[in-house]
Amino acid sequence: MHPKTLTIALAGNPNSGKTTIFNNITGTRQKVGNWPGVTVEKKEGSVTKYDYNLKIIDLPGTYSLTPFSIEEIVARNYVLDEKPDVVIDIIDASNLERSLYLATQLRELDCKVLFALNMADLARSRGMKIDDQKLSELLGVPVVFTVGNKNEGVDKLLEKTIELAESQIGSAKVRKVKYSKDIEDSIDRLQQFIQDQTDDTLPYNIRWTAIKLLEDDKIVKERIVEKAENSGQQILQVARTLRKRLEDLFDDEPQIVMTDERYGFIAGIIKEVQTTSIKQRIDISRNIDLLLTNRFIGFPIFVFFIWAMFQLTFTLGEHPVGWLETGIGWLSGIIEVILPDGLFEDLVVDGIIAGVGSVIVFLPNILILFFCIALFEDTGYMARSAFLMDKIMHLIGLHGKSFIPMLMGFGCNVPAIMATRTLESEKDRILTILITPFMSCSAKLPVYIILAGAFFGVKAGTVIFSIYLLGVVLSIITGRFFRSTLLKGADAPFVMELPPYRIPMLKSLLIHMWDRSKIFLKKMGKVILVGSAIVWVLSVFPRNIQYSVDYATKKDKLIASYNSQMQNVSEADKQQLEIEKDAAVAALDKARQSEQAERSFIGRMGKAIAPLFAPLGIDWRGGVALLTGFVAKEIVISTMGVLHAVGDEDESEALKNALSASGMTPLSALAMMVFVLLYLPCLATTTAIKKETGSYKWMFFSIGYSTSMAWFMAFLVYQGGKLLGYN
Amino acid sequence: MLLSEMREGQTATIVRVGGNEILRRRILEMGILKGTEVYVEKYAPLKDPLELIVKGYHVMLRVEEAAQITVENVR
Repeated sequence: MHPKTLTIALAGNPNSGKTTIFNNITGTRQKVGNWPGVTVEKKEGSVTKYDYNLKIIDLPGTYSLTPFSIEEIVARNYVLDEKPDVVIDIIDASNLERSLYLATQLRELDCKVLFALNMADLARSRGMKIDDQKLSELLGVPVVFTVGNKNEGVDKLLEKTIELAESQIGSAKVRKVKYSKDIEDSIDRLQQFIQDQTDDTLPYNIRWTAIKLLEDDKIVKERIVEKAENSGQQILQVARTLRKRLEDLFDDEPQIVMTDERYGFIAGIIKEVQTTSIKQRIDISRNIDLLLTNRFIGFPIFVFFIWAMFQLTFTLGEHPVGWLETGIGWLSGIIEVILPDGLFEDLVVDGIIAGVGSVIVFLPNILILFFCIALFEDTGYMARSAFLMDKIMHLIGLHGKSFIPMLMGFGCNVPAIMATRTLESEKDRILTILITPFMSCSAKLPVYIILAGAFFGVKAGTVIFSIYLLGVVLSIITGRFFRSTLLKGADAPFVMELPPYRIPMLKSLLIHMWDRSKIFLKKMGKVILVGSAIVWVLSVFPRNIQYSVDYATKKDKLIASYNSQMQNVSEADKQQLEIEKDAAVAALDKARQSEQAERSFIGRMGKAIAPLFAPLGIDWRGGVALLTGFVAKEIVISTMGVLHAVGDEDESEALKNALSASGMTPLSALAMMVFVLLYLPCLATTTAIKKETGSYKWMFFSIGYSTSMAWFMAFLVYQGGKLLGYN
Repeated sequence: MLLSEMREGQTATIVRVGGNEILRRRILEMGILKGTEVYVEKYAPLKDPLELIVKGYHVMLRVEEAAQITVENVR
């Protein structure tokens, strides 16, 4: 017999430990954070327990089910439309009063609810005692104590969940939020009217529908019109009349009065179930905040943390990067031996290994960066950074929360753009999405390292820093500009919890880091592998090139002439001639390779668009590299490697030499870096933009304006620099 | 008196929450409502936003939002 499948949704406030419990139940890997609202996606996992197949859905963390933010809409729609067998409401026991607000809303939705009083140990240490029996009785809901990070109570929770799912008791009879008499009257009247009009055909609980209509809930109004067909308008009309009456009566909007009354109801429950001893605990979090959000040293510490994060990422990462480079060199050496000479060997060594290899060496940097960001999130410092930065972000017309996606943009724009979901207002979200690509992502770094390393020597660090800074400054300017033109309007309210500091669990940090680095690796696997192969094909075909010089004959003649010279000279001269011969042959080979590259498909493409890049001081090779960079920014470097016919010795050194030899100047290198910083986001980011803004309009807008900005800024740098006498 | 005029370390009782509907509702839903005690923990280094303790948890609000909240019995 197949085990029966039950669908269980996890709901709860941000920071209630919901994700930890989800991980404990399902064992799946997913993000665990301490920054309000990290769980932006609906996540699923399944587990077989007590002969049941449990499908667990992790709903976004929300404080309420009033559909203001995307998270709230997602959570509510899930419960409404998918009708899970049980909804487990994870409640932070040390924050009972506020948590019960969401609980009462779930209660009204008429689904089977179970409370998990999580972090009960913390509540106890705060001197808080909760009478679970009483709570269970008062709300007619089973209550289980859990300690998520110690995996306590989870089995009991599942046991009770299955019990509840299998029970036949309708939740209709148990006590719900009782509103004041006038409101209850209106609910009754509207409920009656809906009942008469729809004849029980409505897929939602009628009392809940009536309450939502009195609250003027836009989404429910739309749904009523849709589901109740012709009587929908009449229902809305009655609701309007009742609302008007309540408004006059209370001299306030009904939804405000009802929120008030819900909290009144909660206060009554709290009085009965919670006893707090008078002694206040010594609050460690408050003491930490005395330092970390201190008026004088809060900012220096913040800047220090960001600086330390970048230092760690790039200095600590240096060593494993070296090892990887050696390993890749070794690998291509072996493959050259194993595979027979020919096109296929070239494809593998020069195309795939060279392309993917030049990118994979940055994996250590990326792992460390994501580890640091996960550390900020899991400890609770991310919320403090929003506290510190909000004033500044507000000046740009953004929310303090926008700082976090933008910061993540330095790692990778894809998770950064996905993180904008935590912003409540759509305008804030779109604005943040538009300016986040200016945060120089880690994939662009290899390009800067090579270019700055080749042309700026010891000043490379300063130059790279300035590039990053330019990105930040431009994002501020464009942010302000868009806010006052395209995306006018007030920002979303800034009401954000500062969760207590928590000691992060190593496991969760690692899961976090790995989840995000996986995105990078997946890009390697698919996009970059295919991209490198395509670029290689474009650069070695067509094969039948009519060279301007017959290189093969010339090479033979050259070798023959040296050989004849060598026959009748002394041993010392012979050695000298041998060296000269090798150099001459190598020069000839390079000339042939570069002519081949020039006449290849990609060379022709580059030549065709070269006039566009000429005013920026970027030659056709640079142009081609930038084109291929759309696949992924890392490819810019590998394309340049292929086009400059760089051998496989020490890759980056060789490319640096080739670049200097090709006539690139420090100024044109700088222009190219600026262009790379700003121009069109990579394929994956573009996809994310489409997904998160929900429209091709914004995607194309983002591509268009960032590329024009890139061209203009690079033009300014190159031509301006030339005017000032640099080169 | 307005919440935004309170100094660090002061406690007061909320009398009224104003502002546009979304802001008001959001603030109320976080448990910041009439009759609630509010403690001003601190202002951010740039004087905005401010950190409050309400119902035993910490929450931040912008000064302009706090200016929509009327308090009494400041102590």
